[in-house]
Amino acid sequence: MRERFLTGYNDFVLPFVCGMIFVLAYCIIGMTRIILQLPAQDRKRFFISLVTPKTFFKNVKDIFLKCLIHVDLWKRNKLLGYMHSSIAFGWFMLILVGHIEVFLYTSNLGAKALYYPIFFRYFVAETESTMKGSLIFFLMDFFLLVVLSGIALAIIKRVRSRLFGMRRTTNPSFLDLVGLYSLWAIFPLRLLAESFTADISGGSFLTKSLNYVFTEFLSNHANMLPAWWAYSCALGIFFFVLPFSRYMHIPTEILLIPLRNAGIRIVNARKGLAKAQVYSCPSCGLCIDACPMVVLKGNIRDTTVYLNRQIRRNNEARIEEISDKCLLCGKCTAVCPVGVEGDKLRIAQRSVRKYSYSPDYSNISAEKEAMMCNKFVTAPNNEVSSADNEKVLYFAGCMTALTPVIRKTTESVLEKAGVEYEIMDKDGGLCCGRPLLMAGRQDQARQLVEKNTEIIMASGADTLLLSCPICYRIFRENYTLPGIEVIHHTEYFERLVLSGRLRMRRDNTKYVYHDPCELGRGCGVYEQPRNVIASAGVLVEAARNRKESICCGGSLGSLTLGFDKRKAMTENAISNLMAGSPDRIVTACPLCMSTFSRYSDRPVEDIAQVVDRTSEAGKL
Amino acid sequence: MDFGFKLSPSSAINLDKVDLSRFEKLHGIEPDIIKCMACGSCTSSCPANRFSGMSLRKVILDLQRGREKEALGMLRNCMLCGKCTMVCPRGINTRHLILSICRIYGEDGK
Repeated sequence: MRERFLTGYNDFVLPFVCGMIFVLAYCIIGMTRIILQLPAQDRKRFFISLVTPKTFFKNVKDIFLKCLIHVDLWKRNKLLGYMHSSIAFGWFMLILVGHIEVFLYTSNLGAKALYYPIFFRYFVAETESTMKGSLIFFLMDFFLLVVLSGIALAIIKRVRSRLFGMRRTTNPSFLDLVGLYSLWAIFPLRLLAESFTADISGGSFLTKSLNYVFTEFLSNHANMLPAWWAYSCALGIFFFVLPFSRYMHIPTEILLIPLRNAGIRIVNARKGLAKAQVYSCPSCGLCIDACPMVVLKGNIRDTTVYLNRQIRRNNEARIEEISDKCLLCGKCTAVCPVGVEGDKLRIAQRSVRKYSYSPDYSNISAEKEAMMCNKFVTAPNNEVSSADNEKVLYFAGCMTALTPVIRKTTESVLEKAGVEYEIMDKDGGLCCGRPLLMAGRQDQARQLVEKNTEIIMASGADTLLLSCPICYRIFRENYTLPGIEVIHHTEYFERLVLSGRLRMRRDNTKYVYHDPCELGRGCGVYEQPRNVIASAGVLVEAARNRKESICCGGSLGSLTLGFDKRKAMTENAISNLMAGSPDRIVTACPLCMSTFSRYSDRPVEDIAQVVDRTSEAGKL
Repeated sequence: MDFGFKLSPSSAINLDKVDLSRFEKLHGIEPDIIKCMACGSCTSSCPANRFSGMSLRKVILDLQRGREKEALGMLRNCMLCGKCTMVCPRGINTRHLILSICRIYGEDGK
């Protein structure tokens, strides 16, 4: 390759160069601010994780697989995955190969390094020896074709998003649209510009052949400059709107992945990790289809993607409305391809509210409470008496108090299995603290956590059994109970069945299992309840289950949704469960159970009822 | 001296002398508050009742009558567990109501 111009400069590079410098400066300043906003401890942890080989390689792998290949989208829908990875990976390869080409063929770059890799074909001419670079010519055209195919799919997606597995997509803001159209324009313009110069600077199957077409009616080489100007302007516009549009997710996600891998959590509602998550939101709208509230169309604007947009705009009234309405089922977090934690982000927004009156629990005596639950009784069934002498403390929880059948059947199962147990909240104990935490009242929740910890530690138990997933989650995440195993009753029943302390009688009843949000997505318990149910009858699956199970609509997470609004959500969740036409609906959460039984035409049971009905004492 | 009976102080409330401006504000945010028919379902299911005598039924009545101190005293041990919302036959969103009370009414009863 030889250079065509002595100066190696033309005015048309200016829009691109200015945009590039602007974006780089903006990103560096933004990144520094986010890192400085982290609490000192987290910042230290972040820097250490960057140099630890294990997390370093995980970061590189995650950035490659998530930012460039978009593996999560591939798993969801092949076409959607191809569309995103063709644009991201194709563009990345164009930039990479472009740089390699420049460094192979030129020397003494200097300031030209800024724009040469992008506009190389304009500044050089093909020479005799260039054929050695035909592989590079081919690669450049190939990846340009890959990107163009992605752009074509993106255009189709705007019209027919259902082809891509998406029922609803986000309504783009004005600057999103500017970014979108300039992004669509960049690659066709690049093809046009490179095709004009292909007979001078060389090209491959795409550019060269287009060049033959162009020379038919545009033989004058002076025509090439407008095309290069247009290409540079498209790039410049894209870069200038990037920080103010959804495309900010491209640079921010590269920061978010190491932050997440360092194990940092949201502390401040708007700063640090929360800010990184908000700016990482690509507005793809996958959370819209996922949200259980969207069965009512008026709630579409209250999904996570719009929360992120409002946080970026500092629209306080809407932020409050959106974050208070959410059921905190966590499904948007589960489906989010970049890892925005919609539920935790909302809890953080709730926690900055100012209250002039705050409850205080210092008057509650933990000793007195503990005295009421330290007399462990052994069940009368002596044949299977507790082999390892475990003392099980059963905390039924507030919600179970409204569905006493769960407590009764759980007790009955424990007696059958000969477990030495005691009930922690016979006469109504304390709340676990999770409802307060969900309402954003963290100090109050912490007080309850401390009280409960005292009570449990003083009771002398070695296992804490819970039948409510809401309690289970906070006991796992926020309590430190040394020497005490925290277990949900679904897991405990599975253990009793496997160890032979309970014998199940299997019949042909068809059960469908509903994954409660807090137990499934919250604690990752999916298999154990299914194993138990499969040993009691025929287990059929819902249309959407496990990670994508639909919230029953009764969640404590929402502060503002009234009963009338929740009905449609519950009915939608029930129709989802009916896919396998089951005889009975089984769940493992007292709240789901009472919500479903309000509208379901089939019996709704807790797993404890199923186990109690179909089991008898086993023999050890 | 124990006469076997005692005189209770008068509990009459003069509504003309009570400042209800904050109740009006609360009513603006939570219009459902006047839907309460004082059935007491919330009280009977409340886990905070045995600690601070919490009774949402009484809290609502007290606020309507300007007895803010008594109401806040009961709210002291509310754990926001949400059982009252689930049992309310009038479908009042009691959790949000309690949060709004905590926002509007101050600790010193100003």
